[in-house]
Amino acid sequence: MSDSSKKQDKEPAFLDKQVTRRNVLKYTGIGGLGVLLGASSLGGVFAMTKQAPSETGKADKNETVPFYGKHQAGIITEAQNNVYFVSMDVITTKKEEVKHLFKEWTEAVALMTAGNPVGELSPNHYMPPKDTGEVMGLSPAKLTVTFGVGPSLFVLDGKDRFGLKHKQPKELVDLPKFSFDSLEKDWTGGDLCIQACADDPQVAFHAVRNLVRIARGKATIRWAQEGFQRSKQSDPKQETPRNLFGFKDGIVNPNVQDKQEMNKDIWVQPNDGPNWLEGGSYLIIRRIQMYIEVWDRSTLKDQEETFGRYRDSGAPLGQNLEMDPVDLELKDQSGKLMIPENAHVRLAKGDGKQVILRRPYSYTNGMDAKTGSFDAGLLFICFQREPSKQFIPMQQRLAKMDKLNEYTVHKGSAIFACLPGTSLGGFIGETLF
Amino acid sequence: MRMFGLSSVLLISTSLLFGCSANEQSPKKDTKPKETAAPAADLEDVTKAYRDFAIGEISQFVKATEEFTNAVKSGDIEKAKELYPTARMYYERSEPIAEVFGDLDPKIDAREGDVPEEEWTGYHRIEKGLWEENTTKGYEEYADQLLKDTKLLRAKVETVEVTPDVLITGAVDLLNEVSTSKVTGEEDRYSHTDLYDFAANVQGAEKIYELLQPALEKKDQALSEKIGEHFNQVNQLLEKHKKDDKYILYTELQDSEIKELSQAIDALAEPLSQLGIVMEG
Repeated sequence: MSDSSKKQDKEPAFLDKQVTRRNVLKYTGIGGLGVLLGASSLGGVFAMTKQAPSETGKADKNETVPFYGKHQAGIITEAQNNVYFVSMDVITTKKEEVKHLFKEWTEAVALMTAGNPVGELSPNHYMPPKDTGEVMGLSPAKLTVTFGVGPSLFVLDGKDRFGLKHKQPKELVDLPKFSFDSLEKDWTGGDLCIQACADDPQVAFHAVRNLVRIARGKATIRWAQEGFQRSKQSDPKQETPRNLFGFKDGIVNPNVQDKQEMNKDIWVQPNDGPNWLEGGSYLIIRRIQMYIEVWDRSTLKDQEETFGRYRDSGAPLGQNLEMDPVDLELKDQSGKLMIPENAHVRLAKGDGKQVILRRPYSYTNGMDAKTGSFDAGLLFICFQREPSKQFIPMQQRLAKMDKLNEYTVHKGSAIFACLPGTSLGGFIGETLF
Repeated sequence: MRMFGLSSVLLISTSLLFGCSANEQSPKKDTKPKETAAPAADLEDVTKAYRDFAIGEISQFVKATEEFTNAVKSGDIEKAKELYPTARMYYERSEPIAEVFGDLDPKIDAREGDVPEEEWTGYHRIEKGLWEENTTKGYEEYADQLLKDTKLLRAKVETVEVTPDVLITGAVDLLNEVSTSKVTGEEDRYSHTDLYDFAANVQGAEKIYELLQPALEKKDQALSEKIGEHFNQVNQLLEKHKKDDKYILYTELQDSEIKELSQAIDALAEPLSQLGIVMEG
């Protein structure tokens, strides 16, 4: 934690020079200043509380991730502790309403990511509060919200729902069926997605909840899953997070600071088509249930050969350090491959041509009612420029012979095109609608 | 008058806000007052009309309950089963008023487990006899008691004072009833006639909307239209679940249809919860 954020924690908010409107409301309540005004002033009060949406957050800069920009936040942003992911079905039949929804969403996200409520408290107490209130007094906790559109927004059951069919990218189609897929309808697909990430689960949920509320009557939740990683508090050294199998996950990731690399592998480029998606990225999410009970009774040797890495250090088998480049040719004294043919890391790497940006989270969802086991696993989320050349060939390889398949089952899956970012005055989706 | 009390509450709470925000944000002090529209007092006609409506429904409820209890007492089980869902609709439609009497509501409408077994009376007690035990025998006393309680409700309802906030919260409360007990099939767990209660709650909310519509349109025409649209959607959905002019049983609904109904109620209730805008003025 930086010095300035420590300071923020210690000082009572009202001593802070930057008093947010939220604090004003809070202290108004405590102070109980009561001045009875003539009825004519009321209109003024109502008018005053209407605040133009803008990025005017007074929250500590260390706790905020800028919302506006060429790309949406939450893609190359360093993964926060928590995610709340929802896939939604659009129920309105009017394109104008979808467009309006994205405008309202943009306003709300600009406010929330800057640490403001989605709307000020109205003095009219006969109305429900605009903001649901559970993050009052909390920092934005590096909240990012990332929106995407799914194939079914363009064409559903063969129907060009919103006159957008001609804009559907050729890459934005349902994923092919992979071997051993066991997809459930309740965890698959969607017209829209919201990925809310924050260093606090309540902040992430608050964002999604308020956005879903804004969408009522226009879109409904299709499925939702929250996810987590080890928190930054418990891992100050920021080592690679471990998945629920106990192994480090996401070691091989492109360098998000390298703009060239990002343009090559992650961001949709000007000539990729369609134009509206330039600066966007394809998000693929897989809800992978882990048979953790089965895993827990397999030997360490078996576990390490499954991944192709040492559990402790994360180093590739036969090597010393986590970041050592994976050497697939390495053999032991008897001439046997150190990293077995069916090890996860070997198949994921392939010929090394497919690069994706992994942003995975673990999930637990209580008990699997059918088996009495945990329903726990990996909410695998990745970003890329061209799924047909990146995730899809990689997953085809893995699905066929990854030893990890003995311990996992893919139950959910979806693909979304994450829209490009926007600037003040614009809205997410402005290039599409 | 209660209404006067309401507007002064509004006045005080707004002045609190003003007092402080003016200090903190002085540059905004000169914000022009919004032009004022119809004051809350204009709602007097509306509250009176609603009172008449609710009392009318409860009068009908007494009549329908009498027919129902007569059927139970005469052992006409088929007739009783036929009358049960429709008789209840008058009560469900006027719930914001009917429920005001905290002692009578459970006597008339408690579900099994809501109250101690020995105190359990009313519609659902008889429902259990009719559908689960397939008998009216032993339920004659419950029938008598139900009719008595219903008549008492009718007498008491005369004393109710209807204020605008009863309407504003009542409309959403009716839909909340749908969301929490009708759409889950818990209301009529033996007869599975939940869709009748569902429809009646929606009709009760729609009545309030219709009464407030002129005032609402003055404040926010678009909001009013949106609410109207969503009432249409819910009503059309309900219409789909009718067979020979009767609602199908809750148990005949597909899971996806239940979800569709539930989400349609959410979609309606969200804009409806903004009805309070009519209190601004």
